[in-house]
Amino acid sequence: MSAPSATARPTLGAGMRLQWEPAQEAHVLLYPEGMVKLNGSAGAIMSRCDGVRTVADIVTDLERTYDLTGLAADVTAFVELALQKRWLELRA
Amino acid sequence: MSAAPAPAPVAVGPPLWLLLELTYRCPLHCVFCYNPTEFARTGAELATADWIRVLREARALGAVQLGLSGGEPLVREDLEELVAEAHALGFYINLITSGVGMTEPRIKALKLAGLDHIQLSFQDSTRQMNDFLSSTRTFELKEKVAALIRGHGYPMVLNVVLHRLNIDHVGEILAMAERMGAQYVELANTQYYGWAWLNRAQLLPSRAQLERAEAVTRSFRERVGNRMQIYFVVPDYFETRPKACMNGLGSVFLALAPDGTAMPCHAARMLPGLELPNVRAHGLREIWYQSAAFNRFRGEHWMKEPCRSCPERGKDFGGCRCQAYLLTGDADNADPVCELSPHHRLVTEAVAGAERAAAKPALLEQPLVFRDHRTSIPLVPGAAEPRR
Repeated sequence: MSAPSATARPTLGAGMRLQWEPAQEAHVLLYPEGMVKLNGSAGAIMSRCDGVRTVADIVTDLERTYDLTGLAADVTAFVELALQKRWLELRA
Repeated sequence: MSAAPAPAPVAVGPPLWLLLELTYRCPLHCVFCYNPTEFARTGAELATADWIRVLREARALGAVQLGLSGGEPLVREDLEELVAEAHALGFYINLITSGVGMTEPRIKALKLAGLDHIQLSFQDSTRQMNDFLSSTRTFELKEKVAALIRGHGYPMVLNVVLHRLNIDHVGEILAMAERMGAQYVELANTQYYGWAWLNRAQLLPSRAQLERAEAVTRSFRERVGNRMQIYFVVPDYFETRPKACMNGLGSVFLALAPDGTAMPCHAARMLPGLELPNVRAHGLREIWYQSAAFNRFRGEHWMKEPCRSCPERGKDFGGCRCQAYLLTGDADNADPVCELSPHHRLVTEAVAGAERAAAKPALLEQPLVFRDHRTSIPLVPGAAEPRR
């Protein structure tokens, strides 16, 4: 699988659910008989993958929210990994 | 619960996984069922309101993955109500079912109530063997349920329990799964607890059978690629290191039996001296954090040699306490699956026995015991009785 383009619109994979868990102080990705506790950056990216925003939109939003620059490579790499793991899929 | 509960020796996190065995009633009579063999002697099932209270308390503690199992959970007429409550609370809800009792109206109602996932079990790829192993006529019905599951937008997840009598059908089982459009297939080799322990001499496969089944699975995997995820769970008896059972008892997993008995693993009922608390008498927070039963195997204080000084003790926590107890008679011993255990020969001898038995096909020296009320007896005399 190749890296997603800046115009791709990632959304949660089928059967996946993402929610904030106060007891774990983390975003948690839930799927059939399993779960992944996401770290802060993964949670921030995943919670913006709504099938509407493009990868570029997500980068812009994160850079503005956290007052950072140059996040495109990191975000793209994470989205690629998450696509491989089926945590995310691309909205056609 | 004892008057002076042991202090928790380690930092205890929330019970992230909650398993509710809603009922021991089941239309099937599977020879490998892990339910306690004395299930018919356990107390009355919790009422709807009790289960709902348990769901609320567990969610408040941080539980988030919910398994609804049994027995057959579909025999509970309040299943939809429990699912709706669990969904409103924010649980991810997994239904673990034989499919018997699933109909179009019920699956619609469950979907509407917020059920996230259904795992459907098959006993074999052929009607004859499926029906024989479960002592029922259910094969065609299960095929219909598989279609219902797919038709309602659920991922098709099949679970097939393997053992000597069906493991040679793995190729056919995978072909059946493919025909049904399965996305996930769990080929779970029988582990030996409950009814499976009773039938171990007939169910344990030979090493040659296991290796053939693994080879068939590998080549099937290569052919179907990403379309189907196949998990092949090797029986513990063929391993040389134990599994990290439940990630350590009392670490993330909390199971409730139909009568409200709280257990750090679904087989823990058999462990002698473990006074399992009941949700009828105690709150879930107290049970999880303070009860002697849930603290009994936390940390390392209970370990004996060779676990106590083993560099791998933080990885596998000494393996499975129930397996240690069933095989050696002492739940504090190393799981004898580990080749470092002084009792490891109990496992290798069982495997050797299976080799001999597998060499004489279809000649069962003792009959299989099918799980039903008539055959229900305590596996271990004097095993832990539930406290009320």
